[in-house]
Amino acid sequence: MPKSFDEQKFGLLLILPSFILLGLVALYPILRNLILSFTENDQFIGIKNFILLFQDERFKSSLFNTLLFCLISVPLQLFLGLVFALILQQRFFTRGFVRTSVFLPWALPTAVMAVAWKWIFNDTYGVFNDILLRLQIIKEPLAWLGKPDLAFFCIILAEVWKCTPFVTVILLAGLQSIPPELYEAISVDGANTLQRFRLITLPLLRPFLLVALVFRTIQALGVFDSIWVLTGGGPGGSTEPISLYVYDTVFRYLKFSYGSTMVIFSFILSLIFVFIFYKFWGDRQIEY
Amino acid sequence: MSLSFINFGETDKLSTKKYRFSPIIYGLTQISFYLLVIFIVILHLAPFLWQVICSLKNVDEIYSLPLKYIPSKISLSAYRDLISNPLFLRYLLNSILISLSTTFFCLLLASLSGYALSRLSLRFKTFFQFLLLIACLFPQIIFLVPLYELMANLKLINKPLALVLPYVTFSLPLAVWVMTGFFQTIPKEIEEQAIIDGFSRLKILTKIILPLSRPALATCAILIFIGPFAWNEFLFSLSFMIKDTSRTVPVGIALLSGASMYEMPWNKICAACVLTTLPLIIFVIIFQKRIIEGLTRGALK
Repeated sequence: MPKSFDEQKFGLLLILPSFILLGLVALYPILRNLILSFTENDQFIGIKNFILLFQDERFKSSLFNTLLFCLISVPLQLFLGLVFALILQQRFFTRGFVRTSVFLPWALPTAVMAVAWKWIFNDTYGVFNDILLRLQIIKEPLAWLGKPDLAFFCIILAEVWKCTPFVTVILLAGLQSIPPELYEAISVDGANTLQRFRLITLPLLRPFLLVALVFRTIQALGVFDSIWVLTGGGPGGSTEPISLYVYDTVFRYLKFSYGSTMVIFSFILSLIFVFIFYKFWGDRQIEY
Repeated sequence: MSLSFINFGETDKLSTKKYRFSPIIYGLTQISFYLLVIFIVILHLAPFLWQVICSLKNVDEIYSLPLKYIPSKISLSAYRDLISNPLFLRYLLNSILISLSTTFFCLLLASLSGYALSRLSLRFKTFFQFLLLIACLFPQIIFLVPLYELMANLKLINKPLALVLPYVTFSLPLAVWVMTGFFQTIPKEIEEQAIIDGFSRLKILTKIILPLSRPALATCAILIFIGPFAWNEFLFSLSFMIKDTSRTVPVGIALLSGASMYEMPWNKICAACVLTTLPLIIFVIIFQKRIIEGLTRGALK
């Protein structure tokens, strides 16, 4: 039929530029990484890079840092995001202003705010030490960015501050999508606040929690901006995530193919996480 | 004490069961709620506010102990120095140019694609959505090496296009979802009537759809501009812009604060941070309703 064929052509024309761009900038690099990881200086060397990878101590350490970082920061963000979303769901005076403030960290440049955090965590002139000293929580100023454990705390704090708003907005949307009649119905049956939360809110929030979980985890696996600025990999590589090691490998040591190998590993790791999350949490129909 | 006035997840007026207990307890819970809210607001705004305070201090005050939370004399010297620094102005100019180009082109592409996706059934629809998913799901580091290689081969290193291309691409997913969602709300009858009246598809787009889309376009533009791939982007800018005069402002500030920490006083660095984040804050304040609406619609998809 000429009409629908015309439509097809027109539609294709409309999405063609986006298609090309996505293919070139999003799809091609992933495939190119795959190819690069099996080569060295344009010569095919099989899985040699991967063998090197598994013997690389610095890589193992960066992998550990990355996983620990995700394990601590993501649940924190989900929990805090939920708390904030619940609070923002209430109607109260100045709610609009509070919503804007809560959303703000996500809109600000990660790297620039990391510079701000660097100043806050400064051991001599930093306001973090100052407040803790005044509240008498610590006796002496601590070198927040100079000691491995403290530096790790700093990067987690900066990340949670920056990324919780993302979770908050998603969960707020989820909360608003729950029909109020459900709460009324279960109240009639005599449920108290906690039961209402457990039996209605949480289950219906599950798809939103899943989206937040998946996105936050994968983005946390690739964290770069804030750590590069705050610690540059931390005292002695103690806060170095995979992405920083990749950056170093490529731009300082100029080992492009080895960098691709690490990236492919991260990529597969991300896929595994997505798969696990969807397997355990995904798409179960909630009947009501 | 029942916390029944706090409804977990329910949209209800704060306290419908007001006087179940004495007014004193009600008043106390109200106060503690607002205290919590104030605490949350402070937590979210504090880092930025501290930057503002520090940027207004004199050089000597910045490095004096004990810390002053209110500068004894508000000094704009840091800002004056920055504005007269041609390199910093260059960073700002680069950021403005690249961010505006990204927003414009992404908006253009996203509108066309969104329209196509919402109206017409295409065979490549699923594959296209798959590409969008790849672009928004994976962290930047995965694309870094081959993109750098690509930009080097295309001789685009240090040129703005090297950043605009990836920025537009990675901003597409959210933009396309927002525009598609919007176009789906426009009834098809309008266009069907126009076709019967003899309008060409192109005319329909420009004379009918475009004027209707203004609010959605505005929302989309703001989301792109404040998103992770325009003004705020760091990794690609750091990697593809090596010449000092091509850099964007987040990279510029990060390098200033790292390399010459003992040469550049912190009040100037704080002032730079404030100048960089101020346009975004103004945008967020003015357009906050739009932003949250646009994002939640995107999230629901």
